Amino acid sequence: MDVDALYQEIILDHYRNPVGKGLREPFAAEVHHVNPTCGDEIDLRVTLGRDESGHTMIDDISYDGQGCSISQASASVLHDLVVGKSEQEALAIEGAFHEMISSRGRTEPDEDVLGDGAAFAGVAKYPARVKCALLSWMAFKDALLQAHASEGTALTAFDAEPDNGRNPQ
Amino acid sequence: MTIIEAPSVGVWDESRIRGDFPILARTVREGRRLVYLDSAATSQKPRSVLDAERRYYETANAAVHRGAHQLAEEATEAYEGSRARIAAFVGARPDDVVFTRNATEGLNLVAYAFSNATAKSIHGAVLPDGGARFVLAPGDEIVVTEMEHHANLVPWQELCAKTGAVLRWIPITDEGRLDLASMDSILGPRTKVVSFTHQSNLLGTINDVGALSRAARAVGALVVLDACQSIPHQAVDIPSLDVDAVAWSGHKMLGPTGIGCLWLRPEVAEAMTPFITGGSMIETVTMAESTFAAPPTRFEAGVPMVAQAVGLAAACDYLDELGMAEIAAHEQRLTRRVLDGLARTTGVRVIGPTDSHSRGSAVSFVVEGIHPHDLGQVLDDRGVAVRVGHHCAWPTCRRMGVPATTRVSPYLYNDDSDIDAFLAALDDSRAFFGVA
Repeated sequence: MDVDALYQEIILDHYRNPVGKGLREPFAAEVHHVNPTCGDEIDLRVTLGRDESGHTMIDDISYDGQGCSISQASASVLHDLVVGKSEQEALAIEGAFHEMISSRGRTEPDEDVLGDGAAFAGVAKYPARVKCALLSWMAFKDALLQAHASEGTALTAFDAEPDNGRNPQ
Repeated sequence: MTIIEAPSVGVWDESRIRGDFPILARTVREGRRLVYLDSAATSQKPRSVLDAERRYYETANAAVHRGAHQLAEEATEAYEGSRARIAAFVGARPDDVVFTRNATEGLNLVAYAFSNATAKSIHGAVLPDGGARFVLAPGDEIVVTEMEHHANLVPWQELCAKTGAVLRWIPITDEGRLDLASMDSILGPRTKVVSFTHQSNLLGTINDVGALSRAARAVGALVVLDACQSIPHQAVDIPSLDVDAVAWSGHKMLGPTGIGCLWLRPEVAEAMTPFITGGSMIETVTMAESTFAAPPTRFEAGVPMVAQAVGLAAACDYLDELGMAEIAAHEQRLTRRVLDGLARTTGVRVIGPTDSHSRGSAVSFVVEGIHPHDLGQVLDDRGVAVRVGHHCAWPTCRRMGVPATTRVSPYLYNDDSDIDAFLAALDDSRAFFGVA
């Protein structure tokens, strides 16, 4: 049954034992996102850093919220996949996740990129649940944009040379 | 001419009633029988309603109230005949029923009568006779309840934002009933409108219209009733309710989407400034200004929804043929079965009254350890269609201490086997998520 494909054990595990849940300090930006059709909510913070070459790094994503297993597990997987990655890698993972979820089941997930996120492939067949799966990811992108806006910097993906001195820390 | 077909039912016969609704014969999710328990969101349509709409388009379609040809005459007759039929269904005079797009538009129409009159009065524009009661001043008060659908909350919030009026609300008890004892401290000389739901779409609670309207009358307030969840499910005789405006939708009472009704007390309607303006609703037009037609025409700008009106009239025929008292009794039996089944299920909390006294068939509940969205998904996998979420009554959910609920809302075409299928699927869901 499709519903078994939707509720993969990996998803239920992340739901019951979420990774990185709880709001932490310090943070570069904090956002509050809701899914107005069902009332799912998430508060999400990003903490940014720099590696030795000056690339923007995702040092932490902390979050708290309430909602269905799909939205909560998705936030846990986001934390799992993205913390410790460069911003560029994080945005690539976000892009792959978004594409898979929006594909109505036509895109095979790349497990090398998506890891546990590949378990959400079944969600793509349920249009009403796509927003649940994307809630934390949209919040993450928004938080990144806000972090850059408050620092007066540009998002890595739109910045060919993140190392060009325009990104004072 | 008549284009309304006699309904095909005469006595209460569950399988025959089910057979009148073509969609109930389809399967969902890999061959499952459809168990439709989401009628508080929208009802399914009997064949007689679909046939009436189709026949109108095939035989009489034209723009109403204009044109010198036979089709225009017949279309106008179909439209106004449907108005008379629908008005009779609620004991009203045809001219007191305005067709709107849906109930939301009807409630906005009343709210905009206030904001438009208030804005016009500031600039010295002429208001209809009696229109002064629709002019609000900062500090005037609008009263709603804590169990309103967003459709009967947001338009009043907007009205307050535009006029400086203050929104107040009657709270609800932990059981999900209105705390009427608090009314004395909430209603007062500045209360201009009291607007409330007849029957809560989330809690199922049926409110005491008489008690609320008496209190509103005592302070001279306009009384507005949201009857979306009552008129499809019980006999409602509008003139015997002491209210000024009643809004309801067609699609929840077996009718098509795209049509709702707004009943207005005649002297109130006369005093109201129009909401949507344009063609059809005018009396005279010059380049500089216009005067407006009498109600209900004043509130029906543009080419109206004729086919939908014809369909809704056919829905009234169908409901009356079954009998609203019989429908209410049937629903009460099903509601009792739902409540008994939920009471037997571990970890279930009903959000709203748990006794069947003064409550409708919409039953909301939460299950410990399963989010409503996840529950709805597994029920859907078993062919059981329910609503999950906040049901456009987010503040009510907050008051009851839940982020969302699952809601079952049986109607006349459901039977015991539907309720039992739901309860069995609920047990499956608890096993699926490991909370059984």
